[in-house]
Amino acid sequence: MDFEPSDDQRLLVESVTRMLGDTYGFTQRKGYMALKEGYSPAVWAQFAELGLLGLPFAEEYGGFGGGAQEVMLVMQAFGRVLVLEPYFSTVVLGGTAVNVAGSAAQKQAILPAIAEGSLKLAFAHGERQARYDLTDVVTTAKRNGSGWVLDGSKTVVSHGEAADKIIVSARTGGDRYDEDGITLFLVDAGAAGVARRGYLSRDDTRAADISLSNVSVTEADVLGGVGQGLAVIRRVVEAGIAASAGETVGAMEAMNEMTLEYSKTRVQFGNPIGSYQVVQHRLADMFMTQEQGRSMAMLATMSIDNPDEASRTHDIALAKVGIGQAGRYVSQSAVQMHGGIGMTEEYAVGHYFRRCMVIERLFGDPAYYLAKLAAEVG
Amino acid sequence: MDLRFTPEELAFREEVRTFIRENLPADTRDRMKLGHPPRKEDTVRWQRILNAKGWAALSWPKEWGGPGWSAIQKMIFLEENLMAPAPELLSFNITMLGPVLLQFGTEEQKKRYLPRAANLDDWWCQGFSEPGAGSDLASLKTAAKLDGDHYVVNGQKIWTSTAHNADWCFLLVRTDPNARKRQEGISFLLVDMKTPGITVRPIISIDASHHLNEVFFDDVRVPVERRIHAENKGWDVAKYLLGNERTGIARLGKSRERVSSAVSMAREVNFGGKPLIEDPVFRQRVAQLQVDMKALEITQYRVVSAYDKAKGAGKPDPLSSVLKVKGTELLQATSELAVDVSGPYATPIWAQELEALNEPDDMMEASSAGTGGYLMLRAASIYGGTNEIQKNILTKAVLGL
Repeated sequence: MDFEPSDDQRLLVESVTRMLGDTYGFTQRKGYMALKEGYSPAVWAQFAELGLLGLPFAEEYGGFGGGAQEVMLVMQAFGRVLVLEPYFSTVVLGGTAVNVAGSAAQKQAILPAIAEGSLKLAFAHGERQARYDLTDVVTTAKRNGSGWVLDGSKTVVSHGEAADKIIVSARTGGDRYDEDGITLFLVDAGAAGVARRGYLSRDDTRAADISLSNVSVTEADVLGGVGQGLAVIRRVVEAGIAASAGETVGAMEAMNEMTLEYSKTRVQFGNPIGSYQVVQHRLADMFMTQEQGRSMAMLATMSIDNPDEASRTHDIALAKVGIGQAGRYVSQSAVQMHGGIGMTEEYAVGHYFRRCMVIERLFGDPAYYLAKLAAEVG
Repeated sequence: MDLRFTPEELAFREEVRTFIRENLPADTRDRMKLGHPPRKEDTVRWQRILNAKGWAALSWPKEWGGPGWSAIQKMIFLEENLMAPAPELLSFNITMLGPVLLQFGTEEQKKRYLPRAANLDDWWCQGFSEPGAGSDLASLKTAAKLDGDHYVVNGQKIWTSTAHNADWCFLLVRTDPNARKRQEGISFLLVDMKTPGITVRPIISIDASHHLNEVFFDDVRVPVERRIHAENKGWDVAKYLLGNERTGIARLGKSRERVSSAVSMAREVNFGGKPLIEDPVFRQRVAQLQVDMKALEITQYRVVSAYDKAKGAGKPDPLSSVLKVKGTELLQATSELAVDVSGPYATPIWAQELEALNEPDDMMEASSAGTGGYLMLRAASIYGGTNEIQKNILTKAVLGL
């Protein structure tokens, strides 16, 4: 075991941090929120320039050959400043789906375009009735000559409006809840029959509901084996859990630093509130929780490439519960320690709170994974 | 970063597990499986077996009988030993006195005390706390006055674990009552418990066991050559002792052992007409503990691997306070789980009278022992610096407040 980042990883973090230091002050971020995209295309171009958009892709596809650890470190840096750009949906979710299931031709068509910043993806799996159940898919894909026709709707698709291509799951066989019979399709966002209704999410990013009405795709748009999509979806979800765990660690660090600083400067009853032991102990608890959460983000990261499915699933579930609970505790405490100012939209801490809240619910909340773990006890 | 165990580390774990399985005396193992604490003879016998293998003097250099393990290997050994469950190495000898002698002792002191401490030929106890000096250790009052080539010690220590078993005591005494700062007038002495003037009085703890003592010193004469480090520099020694060895502080293997014991008992007891193990609330409680244990396990490996990287040269990692707080919270939560599984059987005290009344009854005996452990472990968040003190340490060392 060795938990120290390598020199290359350190350099990566340094360069990302430097770039975010220039581009991602809280006031700058407010400016990006106000743009029509809800994020900054200029910053997105800088991500491309820095190589971040191709980070986890093989060099033959214009990538940098990074792995889960590099993604975790970048996401951690993103979490510290609450990056708004569709990195998670494009590179982590979409990128993983193409990496895991794509043919050489699909990879060649998609990954280099992502890496250079000209293509954005969204991962449209969740449906209105499904809550967290990955097998609950009722969107259909029916054979039509040599292609397929998709019908159905997807909900709370992160960055669904921004995407140029949407990865859509649909039933090509079996019934609702069946593990077999789910297939993934690459759908052009502009294809006839695709309608997107965008809205603001609690974390300041944009999401969309997407309806598919008689949408035609070709055989070449099938991602992975027909009816074999669930295994891919699970890998995408696991990569998403690991990456967003890293993001949560960054957000917790930022909140803890902010809270510590505030406790040194906010004077009440003649002393900085950080001089009071009751506040100090809460800060100590927040720090301990952050470190336990960091351990869980590391667990998720080290698990996603574990070929043993049972132990991978188990460890990911442990990590998901742990990081979710940690993020919740630190966020709630950070607002509490700030008092009234922590309640304001103007101040940063509430934005971190809400990002952690959204991540906690991504692909299942702690209660959902705790129930899965409970089922395995004994 | 490589977040997996290396093949060597995995092989090492297997080697340790096999050795413990093949060498832990059966009577010790059977009692401890039922949740009893080890008896003195269990601890002595097991430490001698480990010492013969070269595995007792855990973090000592090889020339003094240490195994030459990395911090990760030590961690693996401690976990496996606790999960067995086997008696723990006597921490007073191995993690407290040993490193102190290695750091501050003269060659003669090392030669005289280290080998016997490793082999548990001498059982050591720790004379630190006093009635008026608990978490605020520097306010200790037990006095030592120089009289020729002896110190004459008068005063009282309290909460002295296993003093009634002990051959020797390492003792903090005040040698300069007029020192400018309280920390500056303290010295560190080694005291033979057979010296005239020492009285050990038991304190029975809430688990009905005799583990703690009061120790009274009445004109106890201690040769000057049994002082460690310079006179009035004992605080440095004490600080080193308390900060030095935190590898095993979380005692995570013990928490894991408590959970697996609770889970196996949950198969035997009923709840709502079904085995308790089938109750979703119980299962969820176990699952939450697994989450918390996993987080602590990784934090622990982070601390020890950083220690290995720094070649042990760094200052004590403030994260070790996290290990203490989270580790003891888990010890308490897991032992609480075990007691809750026992239900009504948690209440009888397994003692000679019950043993005489009953046929052998593992369930009753394990329940009683489990309750004893639960009660005793309330102390876990008190000893070694209370969890409140640990948070104070974190506040200063990490947060800089």
